[in-house]
Amino acid sequence: MGSNMAEAHPVGFQWVMEAKARGARVLHIDPRFTRTSALADKHVPLRAGSDIAFLGGVINHILSNDLDFREYVQAYTNAPFLVSEEFADTEDLDGLFSGYDPETGTYDTSTWQYENGLPEHSAEGDRHREQSAGEQHGSGGPKLESGTGIATDETLRHPRCVFQILKRHFSRYTPEMVERICGVSREDFLDVCRAWTSASGREHTAALVYSVGWTQHSMGAQYIRAGAIIQLLLGNIGRPGGGVLALRGHASIQGSTDIPTLYNLLPGYLPMPDARHAGKQDYVESIRGTHQKGYWHNADDYIVSLLKEYWGEAATAENDYCFGHLPRIDGDHGTYRTVMDMIDGKVFGYFLLGQNPAVGSAHGRLQRLGMANLDWLVVRDLTMIESAEFWRNAPEIETGEIAAERCRTEVFFFPAASHVEKEGTFTQTQRMLQWRDRAVEPRGDQRSELWFIYHLGRLLQRKVAGSTDDRDRPLQDLAWDYRTEGDGEFPEPSADDVLRRINGADLTTGELLDSYLQLRSDGTTAAGCWIYSGVYAGGVNRARNRTARTEQDETALEWGWAWPANRRVLYNRASADPQGRPWSERKKLVWWDAGRGEWTGHDVPDFPKNTPPGFEPEYGEAGPGALAGDDPFIMQADGKAWLFAPSGVVDGPLPTHYEPHESPMPNLLYGQQGSPARKVYARGDNPSNPAPPESGGEVFPFVFTAARLTEHHTAGGMSRQLAYLSELQPALFVEVSPQLAAERGLANLDWAHVVTSRAAVDARVMVTERMRPLRLDGRVVHQVWMPYHWGPSGKVDGDIVNDLLGVVLDPNTLIQESKVATCDIRPGRRPRGRELLEYLAEYRRRAGVTVETGTHVMTADTTASETAAPETTEPETTGRDTTAAPDTTDREEDA
Amino acid sequence: MTVSRESFYGPLDDVSGDAGYTEHPERVGFFTDTSVCIGCKACEVACKEWNLLPDDGFDLLGMSFDNTGELSANSWRHVAFIEQPAPLRESAAAREADAVDLGLPSFDLPGAGTGEETRTDFRWLMSSDVCKHCTHAGCLDVCPTGALFRTEFGTVVVQDDICNGCGYCVSGCPYGVIDRREGDGRAWKCTMCYDRLSDGMEPACAKACPTDSIQFGPLDELRERARQRVATLHERGVTEARLYGEDPNDGVGGDGAFFLLLDEPEVYGLPPDPVVPTRDAGSMWARAGVAAAAFAAAAVSVFFGRSSR
Repeated sequence: MGSNMAEAHPVGFQWVMEAKARGARVLHIDPRFTRTSALADKHVPLRAGSDIAFLGGVINHILSNDLDFREYVQAYTNAPFLVSEEFADTEDLDGLFSGYDPETGTYDTSTWQYENGLPEHSAEGDRHREQSAGEQHGSGGPKLESGTGIATDETLRHPRCVFQILKRHFSRYTPEMVERICGVSREDFLDVCRAWTSASGREHTAALVYSVGWTQHSMGAQYIRAGAIIQLLLGNIGRPGGGVLALRGHASIQGSTDIPTLYNLLPGYLPMPDARHAGKQDYVESIRGTHQKGYWHNADDYIVSLLKEYWGEAATAENDYCFGHLPRIDGDHGTYRTVMDMIDGKVFGYFLLGQNPAVGSAHGRLQRLGMANLDWLVVRDLTMIESAEFWRNAPEIETGEIAAERCRTEVFFFPAASHVEKEGTFTQTQRMLQWRDRAVEPRGDQRSELWFIYHLGRLLQRKVAGSTDDRDRPLQDLAWDYRTEGDGEFPEPSADDVLRRINGADLTTGELLDSYLQLRSDGTTAAGCWIYSGVYAGGVNRARNRTARTEQDETALEWGWAWPANRRVLYNRASADPQGRPWSERKKLVWWDAGRGEWTGHDVPDFPKNTPPGFEPEYGEAGPGALAGDDPFIMQADGKAWLFAPSGVVDGPLPTHYEPHESPMPNLLYGQQGSPARKVYARGDNPSNPAPPESGGEVFPFVFTAARLTEHHTAGGMSRQLAYLSELQPALFVEVSPQLAAERGLANLDWAHVVTSRAAVDARVMVTERMRPLRLDGRVVHQVWMPYHWGPSGKVDGDIVNDLLGVVLDPNTLIQESKVATCDIRPGRRPRGRELLEYLAEYRRRAGVTVETGTHVMTADTTASETAAPETTEPETTGRDTTAAPDTTDREEDA
Repeated sequence: MTVSRESFYGPLDDVSGDAGYTEHPERVGFFTDTSVCIGCKACEVACKEWNLLPDDGFDLLGMSFDNTGELSANSWRHVAFIEQPAPLRESAAAREADAVDLGLPSFDLPGAGTGEETRTDFRWLMSSDVCKHCTHAGCLDVCPTGALFRTEFGTVVVQDDICNGCGYCVSGCPYGVIDRREGDGRAWKCTMCYDRLSDGMEPACAKACPTDSIQFGPLDELRERARQRVATLHERGVTEARLYGEDPNDGVGGDGAFFLLLDEPEVYGLPPDPVVPTRDAGSMWARAGVAAAAFAAAAVSVFFGRSSR
């Protein structure tokens, strides 16, 4: 679901085809019939943005028919745990959970806690949203004060146990509701339920694959939570053939969150320090509870080792290991906030490394207007992309909003070396690092990122060498001493040396570390990314392991290296039953060897090696030693998988169906229309199309969704320049059903234009049965699809599809809702120049769009009557940032 | 070298031997299993990259996702996309229910629905087409310059430095594969990466295919594998699976590049019953020989007849 794997990940899709050849049934649930659907055993179309209603229906089907893998659920999830009496569910509050603050549109999560886990004070939902706190748990769960001593009911009957709460919460997600909300027939829905639940239990597993079709929603994190709940109820996590597979958007996007290009994270999912943290101790305590279980309890080891890697000799116990050198965040510094700050004149410099936001990010117009209001912009890319040429070819030139002669931004373009012209690693979907050798030398001035950043840092360090300003200390103290290769003034830094430093070393002996278990908080170890410790175990670059799959077993531990500790299936303790025996011979992966007193198996066991299955920790114990023998989820504070999330998810402890920010449909399940915690920006340059209960939505009656084609690469920088790819998909098109084509007078191959309150975009019409009108709650809803790869540069050009989208974000991740919006479509080409602006203004007038449209997020009918205040932005004249540090994960170029 | 009737038509066990190679490697070919093709077109790109072909122009064709259109001098692999209603199979519900509900007859005004009520299953066929490297290759048989030749691998290749652009081969191909390049005039087509074969490598398209839809290998092995694949698909209820071009008794003596299709060949733009145009060349020569002999006999008899007078 939410994935077009055959088109967007064709190479990985070979394994789906292999599984199919071996008898697996492949189901594809997606708004449109894609090349993935063509190869699946069954395709089920649903309305874009209605996935949680569908998944909630599956959860309800499992729980109402007792189809869960009860032994697994009882032992390995938090199903038996009791939740605080103060907790109130969406059932009670018309679609809201307890703790909602209508003023800020955020939750105080303190009522979501376990009954007698010590309460974690989380009355700062607003701050959590601003800093996309939900995203800071990328390698394990959020904190709990105590992991032991939580009240439970092993019979799963207590009305406040997680299992019963789950049952009540999803009870209204019936097949009838699924049909009315998603447009999926009862027969199709039940067929999916039957197939999914039959791939469960001791002998069977099912794998769930999702991609950015799930993440790019105003409640994207909850989509994934819903999928994860199903997989847990069916016992499909930590077992071979199971799992939730998140296909990442590009090569090494997984790497760019592990070693992040995100403003709110440090390497290994350590959160970025906050302005409130007095010092390191304060910071560490904010990450982990004093008595929590598992490996996050050792966070101090990880942060100190990172600080030692950054500042080397300068980092000492006396100066808190230079913790004060780390930048502190105090709010939303995400990519979209930064762009708005650019427009508002608060940012004057911007680096773009391998990004083309003028085409690839949601609301391209906002991106271009932002970039046109800088002092300088550095673009490093393979070719002259639109983000380097916007000042002369942006669509705003035609409308007069950008004029080359008046545009103040000075653009510096640096040609980049491609992946075959440099060495290093990719970290992919399966957390696997794979080393690339340099195949050819880069031509001309093309250089690697490593080269650019290394020498930039070196020159900056030289510039501040004599400074006595405290502000320059972090740069002066930086241990910027990587090995280089070659000579001259600008030699190439060694990627191999960087990987060694990421792996880490024992500073007393100089030996490379074998595992993150060796990290210490006393300053005797250094490691650039704790979860990557072990990639250079034994002094061998394990990312470069290339034993063919024909020469090893199917776990293939000798190909590349997967974090953590080369484990291929995370939480694989769950592949054995509570007594430590494989659930079945067929699905055997890791098990307890009583004779040797250790865990063993085909994979590297993801569990303390010598903790026996029956082990029970003492009350109040902490860390890895507090993990019971049946606590497979070793990164969670209580050792269990969370069906219900007592903390860490800022928009609700359970997934709930809300309509997308822009939707033609009212929420049929609750009075609460959209996600009550979604992040909206009320700005004149970011208008929203109306959605119920607002009026005017009929002006934009169709559901809009966008995605990729196999033939192009994201924003086109790597494909529109190449004839062999351009000829395969030479022009922007829009897919419509024959019925919609008839309704709007659209003919195959003719021009049409798609309109939202932000933009109008020209495209050629493709009439296809692959788009199917949906019958929803007694009415017919049409969906419109476009690929988004075109822009004004390159061998084939076209309008920019991302201009159609506005900026509204998931509060957990600050990822934009770019997979669903509403739109209109008309035959013929759009107006040009100033007339286009008038045309859009007229659309907004007809729909009654104002700056407030879509920003009153609370529509539930509870006692609270005030609506949430949107973030309003007045241009400020103070405090210009020196540079922006945009985040560059999946949200970029995927919109 | 003897020219037998089999040199023009019918099964031929040793195609390279027939072409005069005394010692040669096994005949190789492509088995394109369209049931696992994902339409990624990596074969088209890999082919162009390896063979340094020109692009084919940037035209949106409006034929589903096919913007290549057909095999041509510049496109030696072509992925066809066919959107069509799928053959009706038993639905999941029907499988479970034993009883059949005949229901009451009902009437709906035409056009009252959205169409989704009456909609059957839908499918999207994808298939990567290529030169067939026929056992009896019409292009080769009619080439007057010898530019087209049979390789030791049993494949058919044009030599661009010999081709004079006469175009006989274009009309000689029963599949419409070989084509003259605009502005160049010479004929071009798939060589099955003759240069790569000579170095022990597989052709670029097969190498790039992520799902092994394009399989390369000794033709006999491929034929066996293909028959097994069809049997497997039939067992799974995909009864429409069939092979195309694998039969040595067909009009071209069997293809060196054959296919597993999920519908009639015409649906994919393939001729249903291709016949090498030189099929009758052997018998024509024989008849021509008889005729010549008869003429000669007549001529001789004229003289003898005269002298006997």
